[in-house]
Amino acid sequence: MRAADAFIKALEMEGVEVIFGIPGGAILEIYDALYDSNIKHITTRHEQGATHAADGYARASGKVGVVFATSGPGATNTVTGIANAYMDSSPIVVFTGQVARSLIGNDAFQEADITGITMPITKHNYLVTDPKSLLRIVKEAFHIASTGRPGPVLVDIPKDVSQSDIEFDYPSKVELMGYKPKYEGHPMQIKKAAELIMKSERPIILAGGGVRISNAQKELTELAEAIPAFVVTTLMGKGSISEYHPLCLGFVGMHGSKYANYALSESDLVIAVGCRFSDRTTGNAALFAPNAKIIHIDIDPAEIGKNVRVDIPIVGDAKRILAQLKKYIQYKQRKEWEEKIKEWREKFPLRYRKDGFKPQFVVEKVCEFFPDAIVTTEVGQNQMWAAQFFKVKYPRQFISSGGLGTMGFGFPAAMGAKVACPDKDVIDIAGDGSFMMNIQELATCVHYEIPVKVFILNNGYLGMVRQWQQLFYRERYSATCIGCEKISYEKIARGFGAMGITVEKPSEVEDALKIVKENSDVPAVVDFRVDFDANVLPMVPPGKSLKDIIEVD
Amino acid sequence: MKFTIAVLVENKPGVLARVASLFRRRGFNIESLTVGTTEREDLSRMTIVVNGDERVLEQVTKQLNKLIEVIKVSDVSRDSVERELCLIRVNSPPEKRGEIIELTNIFRGRIVDVAKDSFIVEITGDEDKINAFIELMKVYGIKEVARTGKVAMVRGGKNGK
Repeated sequence: MRAADAFIKALEMEGVEVIFGIPGGAILEIYDALYDSNIKHITTRHEQGATHAADGYARASGKVGVVFATSGPGATNTVTGIANAYMDSSPIVVFTGQVARSLIGNDAFQEADITGITMPITKHNYLVTDPKSLLRIVKEAFHIASTGRPGPVLVDIPKDVSQSDIEFDYPSKVELMGYKPKYEGHPMQIKKAAELIMKSERPIILAGGGVRISNAQKELTELAEAIPAFVVTTLMGKGSISEYHPLCLGFVGMHGSKYANYALSESDLVIAVGCRFSDRTTGNAALFAPNAKIIHIDIDPAEIGKNVRVDIPIVGDAKRILAQLKKYIQYKQRKEWEEKIKEWREKFPLRYRKDGFKPQFVVEKVCEFFPDAIVTTEVGQNQMWAAQFFKVKYPRQFISSGGLGTMGFGFPAAMGAKVACPDKDVIDIAGDGSFMMNIQELATCVHYEIPVKVFILNNGYLGMVRQWQQLFYRERYSATCIGCEKISYEKIARGFGAMGITVEKPSEVEDALKIVKENSDVPAVVDFRVDFDANVLPMVPPGKSLKDIIEVD
Repeated sequence: MKFTIAVLVENKPGVLARVASLFRRRGFNIESLTVGTTEREDLSRMTIVVNGDERVLEQVTKQLNKLIEVIKVSDVSRDSVERELCLIRVNSPPEKRGEIIELTNIFRGRIVDVAKDSFIVEITGDEDKINAFIELMKVYGIKEVARTGKVAMVRGGKNGK
């Protein structure tokens, strides 16, 4: 059997339903084999778009996202998407074509050392040098990407390998000597953690992206109710518990609410679940929750003790550990702590100045009109306003580039999410700077009838950078103004064959959202021309403690 | 502080690059690194000497364990036999030859090549012994030094912990 055909058959056996990619010379053989398959292929307009789409697909569905790209520039264009998936532990498998084995190392046409390039940004990668190993590698790639702490895997397939003749013998099991993820938490550690929780007077749960990955929303919510403990989340942890739940205090960190940051800072016990204590979440790590003991539950032992000191580490799967932990917990009311948090909540709500045309107002309205939609974000101010003002109900509802902070992620990710969940509304809360970075995927959305909705909070600036220049660089706005009266996103959208709407003032917002909602089967771009000088507040300046907060004036 | 770790890895192309890349990316300092085959032909053993504190050692160990092709990581800094091999090309004018041969014998080294005005001396031992010998040879003028880097094994019948 031709290796390319065997390869496609292997993907079918892995349950792959959709592939995002772009064909090219070195991967032609594989595309030829794909021609006879029922697997759906979505030809994006840039390989970065394909990789983010696969990432969005993976995050929305929990399944592995699959990417095809050709050798050389096709492969290197996937690099940002791979790094993004790596930072946020998203399971994707990228298959790249490579020049024939006899040409490798000769600087052949469209040759790039993609396994060398992606070594530090993949969970693992392969160059297939022996056709007989191809199917085993495919099996391993899906296994590694989706188990333990998930992550991207790249498989580089030389053209003559895909052309060669092999037996179809797809392995049913994976045997990797050096890879055995641990799922069960240590029972003694769980008991010790429970004792600490019972002793605590001011417990708080810090939920990260690991809760979503482990599908542990139910277990987390039940544990929070059983203790009871308030829950704050990282950006990636949004949706770990419904943000309408009375115990949920929303997201913490640099742009978290003051009450959430206060609650975390004043607690005497932090129960951290599936998070990696990034600098955006902890502020100055040395000043993080100074009076608290820390329980850290994570599947990756390398995350424990990496950024903050930990008192009780529990390595394993969040879902199982949280369920175990709950068995040892007795309900204990902590009146003083509840009162304190209630007081902070009332005293320091999230707010913004209502004059003019504010982006926060747009996000609030979007949340009102699309409360059940999957929301992706771009990166920068739009992302933080979405995180602050879009209240998330369920896990996998909020999809954002957390670790890498990739502008241009949100739109193709929305496309992937919509492919994964065709029955849900999928919206991208965007900035004008970010949207432009992968705007070409409008063509893909129109071509394949993937009706995602892009809401641009257009302030004509690389807004988050502008905000830092205003606050920390004496208002010297170096190179951040990208606005131009002549750019019409409405016309650009229409030019691609999508719906385009321009909104100039607050009174037009609801009408525009109504039209978009009514036309749910059409890709749409709405250009909200908001005030250019709105800032994301509150803000903890970089390197400061979470209690050191710049507020709305 | 210096740590010696033994890393058992799959004997496959690219594994060394992966390990080296990890050290570079995470900012860990390699003092020395050796790779060689083991009792099993599908496994290689790396001995890596790292500079850093306990925290660095912990991170190095954990990050190495995350590599798919790494089978086992052990700290062999304590209670172990450590050896390194070193070749030294040293000036040996006729009137100094006797002294050099004598010193080499004291250190249980061997003269493995003799030229008109230089020797190559082979010496094995732990790091301190080799450093001490090199120090002594400096008097005569060292032309070239090649060291293998350290290999280590835990004493007392235990299999690398």
